[in-house]
Amino acid sequence: MKKMKAADINETISWQDITLGAEIYEPATSRYVQTGEWRVMTPVFKEDKCKQCLLCVPFCPDSSIPVSEGRRTDFDFYHCKGCGICVTVCPFDAIDYVREEK
Amino acid sequence: MAIRERMSGNEAVATAMRQINPDVCGAFPITPSTEIPEYFSQFMANGLVDTQFVPVESEHSAMSVCIGASAAGARAVTATSSAGLAYMWELLYVAASSRLPITMAVSNRALTGPISIGNDHSDSMGARDSGWLQIYAENNQEVYDNFIQGILITEATRLPVMICQDGFITSHGVANIELLEDEKVRDFVGEYEPEEYLLNAENPLAVGPYGTAPYYMEVKRAQAQAMKEAGTAILDVARRFEELSGRSYGFIEEYRMEDAEMAVVAIGSSAGTGKAAVDQLREEGVKAGLVKVRVFRPFPAKELAEALGKVKAAAIMDKAESFSGCGGPMFAETRSALYDLEQRPALVNYIYGLGGRDVTVDHFFHVFRDLEEICSGGEVGEVYRYIGVRDGGAEK
Repeated sequence: MKKMKAADINETISWQDITLGAEIYEPATSRYVQTGEWRVMTPVFKEDKCKQCLLCVPFCPDSSIPVSEGRRTDFDFYHCKGCGICVTVCPFDAIDYVREEK
Repeated sequence: MAIRERMSGNEAVATAMRQINPDVCGAFPITPSTEIPEYFSQFMANGLVDTQFVPVESEHSAMSVCIGASAAGARAVTATSSAGLAYMWELLYVAASSRLPITMAVSNRALTGPISIGNDHSDSMGARDSGWLQIYAENNQEVYDNFIQGILITEATRLPVMICQDGFITSHGVANIELLEDEKVRDFVGEYEPEEYLLNAENPLAVGPYGTAPYYMEVKRAQAQAMKEAGTAILDVARRFEELSGRSYGFIEEYRMEDAEMAVVAIGSSAGTGKAAVDQLREEGVKAGLVKVRVFRPFPAKELAEALGKVKAAAIMDKAESFSGCGGPMFAETRSALYDLEQRPALVNYIYGLGGRDVTVDHFFHVFRDLEEICSGGEVGEVYRYIGVRDGGAEK
């Protein structure tokens, strides 16, 4: 049984090769999973209105608001599920909430 | 020298647990397994073990404690019965599919409906498809021996194991027993040193990931393979245990089967009752035998086919309904195991002892009389039968 990391476990793996109990031999592998494709509504960051209070950051249930040098940046859309909590908690109307069109 | 004692089956399991000194015990009381954590907590209070004893608010949590502990790298044990096992249901599958070694004592009791605390096998038989190994005991000695072996079997196979005994009948019945010395048991089970575990900061690990459609089936197939191969570990541990104790164990036990023409197949304490009937019938010259199933998961299909292939007729005893409308779980699986034989015995099924209904030697005489009729050319008729039930006459 190989000690596989997440990148080694893919959709071609046989039952003989899959790890015991589907264990993954590295931590925090959920960051590789694209949950952004679940999104129906999308938050839109309006930088001009943002006061950088950072209230949205701890409210985000998916850690999808990156912070760099004390300032938030645009959303991590690979993981953001579009729940809209950030839209509700923003005191400055700095986040729009629109239907995503594909 | 072994220690001669007398104790109930529950105390025997708690004593095995004390000698094993596991890392974690998830504990929640339910009749008739309650005494196991009770005795064990006394051992704790007296400083005889240094187990982390986690008294929780439900069996769902007791099994969750074991799953968390086992994933963290600990040797985990628990005990339950009936509705408690039913309340663990969801987690039974999590433990098995995550391939976590856990040893659980089950003092078998009927599942409610109607409300009952009496013994039967409906609880663990209901869990037969959960991916747990299942080993059943006839008496207090066997449940003690099985629990000690269970620790090594679950760790070798990475499949969790249920160590079952009949609630009240052996769980509370006090009988003679030979215990092993504490240090012998501790040497036998050794220290648990898993290769990978969550608390190992050197090699971080993710346990129990989401099994999306492209992965779920490969995990299940691997689990099925582990169950197919588990017999090797069960026999290997049994062999080492025999060297230690002098007591020998296999998948099944054949009792006076050498020249038997008819046989009864039973699980648990009723096998002892059946043996008494076999002994008396043998004195009368009747060629009766008995097969006791010790390991139900994995199912000993090959061993049962070999044992029963020699007889003319056999009765499969089921202490659990499956409401299939055509027989209990033991019957269905045993009949399937015999299908490939060129010469098959006639098989009949008896549902018996449900909800604590008494099982006597007379019941087994009755079963053997039925088998004698079949052997002498009588018509088999309905194979799905009940025994020990009040019968008011013709069925509708």
